[in-house]
Amino acid sequence: MDEGLTLAASDFALFGLPERFALDVDALDTKWKSLQAAAHPDRHATETAAAQRVAMQWAVRINEAYRRLKNPLARAAYLCHLHGSDVGAEDNTAMPAAFLMQQMHWRESLAEAPDLAAVDALADEVSASRRETLGTLARQIDETDPVDWRAVAATVRGLMFVDRFLADVDRRIEALHD
Amino acid sequence: MALLQISEPGQGPDPHQSRHAIGIDLGTTHSLVAAIRHGIPECLPDAQGRVILPSAVRYMGGGRREIGDAALASQPDDAENTVVSAKRFMGRMLADLRGHGKLPYRFTDVSGMVGIATREGVKTPVEVSAEILATLRQRAEDTFDDDLYGAVITVPAYFDDAQRQATKDAAKLAGLNVLRLINEPTAAAIAYGLDQGVEGLYAVYDLGGGTFDISLLRLARGVFEVVATGGDSALGGDDYDQRLAAWLLERAGLPVLEALAPRERRHVQTEARRVKERLSDAGQVTARVDVGGRVHEIEVARADFEAATAELTATTLRLLKRVLRDAKVGADEVQGVVMVGGSTRMPVVRAEIAGLFGRPPLTDLNPDEVVALGAAIQANALAGNAASGELLLLDVTPLSLGLETMGGLVERIIERNTTIPAAKAQDFTTFKDGQTAMAVHVVQGERELVADCRSLARFELRGIPPMVAGAARIRVTFQVDADGLLSVSARELGSGVEASIVVKPSYGLSDEQVASMLKEGFATAEEDMARRSLREAQVEAERMILATESALAADGDLLEPGEREAIEALLARTRTTAAEAGAPRTIEDAVEALAAGTESFAAARMNRGIRAALAGRNVNEL
Repeated sequence: MDEGLTLAASDFALFGLPERFALDVDALDTKWKSLQAAAHPDRHATETAAAQRVAMQWAVRINEAYRRLKNPLARAAYLCHLHGSDVGAEDNTAMPAAFLMQQMHWRESLAEAPDLAAVDALADEVSASRRETLGTLARQIDETDPVDWRAVAATVRGLMFVDRFLADVDRRIEALHD
Repeated sequence: MALLQISEPGQGPDPHQSRHAIGIDLGTTHSLVAAIRHGIPECLPDAQGRVILPSAVRYMGGGRREIGDAALASQPDDAENTVVSAKRFMGRMLADLRGHGKLPYRFTDVSGMVGIATREGVKTPVEVSAEILATLRQRAEDTFDDDLYGAVITVPAYFDDAQRQATKDAAKLAGLNVLRLINEPTAAAIAYGLDQGVEGLYAVYDLGGGTFDISLLRLARGVFEVVATGGDSALGGDDYDQRLAAWLLERAGLPVLEALAPRERRHVQTEARRVKERLSDAGQVTARVDVGGRVHEIEVARADFEAATAELTATTLRLLKRVLRDAKVGADEVQGVVMVGGSTRMPVVRAEIAGLFGRPPLTDLNPDEVVALGAAIQANALAGNAASGELLLLDVTPLSLGLETMGGLVERIIERNTTIPAAKAQDFTTFKDGQTAMAVHVVQGERELVADCRSLARFELRGIPPMVAGAARIRVTFQVDADGLLSVSARELGSGVEASIVVKPSYGLSDEQVASMLKEGFATAEEDMARRSLREAQVEAERMILATESALAADGDLLEPGEREAIEALLARTRTTAAEAGAPRTIEDAVEALAAGTESFAAARMNRGIRAALAGRNVNEL
């Protein structure tokens, strides 16, 4: 039997997309849909038990890759992983002092925000910072040669803090709406 | 896909030309079955021409049952042996049921799920639902005069894992091959062909006899995502009857409903329902109320009815607005509203919806039938009968799935709205030195504390080699299949010790229990049980033979000559066994051998499909 893609192929290979940070979201969506059209268990409902098992494995794998590629943070972390610099590695946890100071400042602002307008303003500020960090990631990964993957991993870890904080901000906004 | 034309000698016409797939709306108050006939979806009637089967089962003693209208007719005289609204109890324990004291049943907890004591012993809601499903299955088989290929069954979008699993168990018990469980609002949207239409937000307003559900769906790139759901499980058309009945009595200067004798009370309610239904077309109707030995005639204008029930309609709108708020969308962003449930025939409901959304709701299809029709369309596609083969429904998990961690906190593994099928693994570690076992507690819900989530299952991973706290690496894998059902496994990575569970949520009917329930028999399954299970094994064998043959026809070139011969030999053996064996087990063994022998062929075929999918797109993009 001939060779081809396997379940172990990288997310990028599976979707036939270039291995980089910048992503054509439309192409990703289109490919996800055509891959699922081939693999989804519903498309194999009339087939043998073996074929249905394989369909399930592929559909799961495709959804996993899609979710990871679609989310910029997960995508950057995955690129780090592919290049042997895992974001979660334990020798990698120290964050720069300036970054930690800013986090503390944001947390205080959230705790002290008197009303919805203040929380909204904070959300805007943090979102702007997030966009800036995504720009940094794009430069570090797509425009640097050779790529310093340890530096990329550090940026990704910073972004994780920011995303977690944004989730807290969202929860606060919801609470204020109720 | 090209199918090889082969029919079993003596089996009549080519079986795959008539793969009978049905859609079933298993409802709280009534149920329906639909199928594609002559190219269009339609609901199948019983011998009396009735399409709607009331979801009522009466246990009469001696294994006899009344199901549907007959059961409803007997209900007033035999309430405690006549189970209605079993859907409300599916996958639930006694502690989950609020206000069950008002119901005429004697509830008990059996193997983790509520049961109802009847004169024929304790019946679980799964068994009651199976009676209804078996009745509909029989109806479909009579219609086609043939075996069924399989069924799609609808469930409410908010149904959790326990309720979905219970529904699937009921289908199994009723002898149905479940092709897929799909969400009711999604089925309604399919019936209207919205999956073929414009991407965007759609609302499904489902006002049934006793329940009100509102769902907000987003269609994007072929995925129907349930964005938000809401409603009231104790609000429906029956409440409208009740309000109108009260109004009629007051108008005629009669005592209130509660003060009447049971027979008179039922009469007034029935008359109220008739008047309500007439008022959907007529502006004015004369009600005839026979109370206290005298017939009272009361003129009812549509405006009177609407005023008497305005509070109910307003409640549905309030709940609807809450769902929009939850989803953070405005009414103007909704592209269409699908009406489901007989109660949406009321002009006032349609007018209010039109007012809120600034556009008339979709009402072309019969609101009682729309869910079953959508399920039939999906069943037909899954059976491989759809001409285009284009319909692909990608569903999402309605609720987050996670594990209990230290301190009663929930660690979410699979977030809500994850496209299914999905799998995700996460590593955990031990808490104490020398810990050799770990309890895995699987929960479902959005809250942070285990106590606020629904417990789905517990199991233990034992035999972890003793290590210092935090040294073990235990990988817990969650897998959700295309029906939204969960299985969880845990594995210690160093030693390879493994434990897993198919989340048969806390109650869990084992296959043996299902088998023993089957043996106890069904009213509708009068045929000899042994013959039935033999027939089912044969049907399954035919299904697998056909599937393998069509796979060989399509992709046989992937096989080396030796590989092909091996599969042909397995095929021949399955065919002979199915035709000659007298025991279902022998046939099942042959089918399993066939499945095992085609494993790598299946993998190679999928590989080809995946590459074709990618290549096709690449060509289009050039």
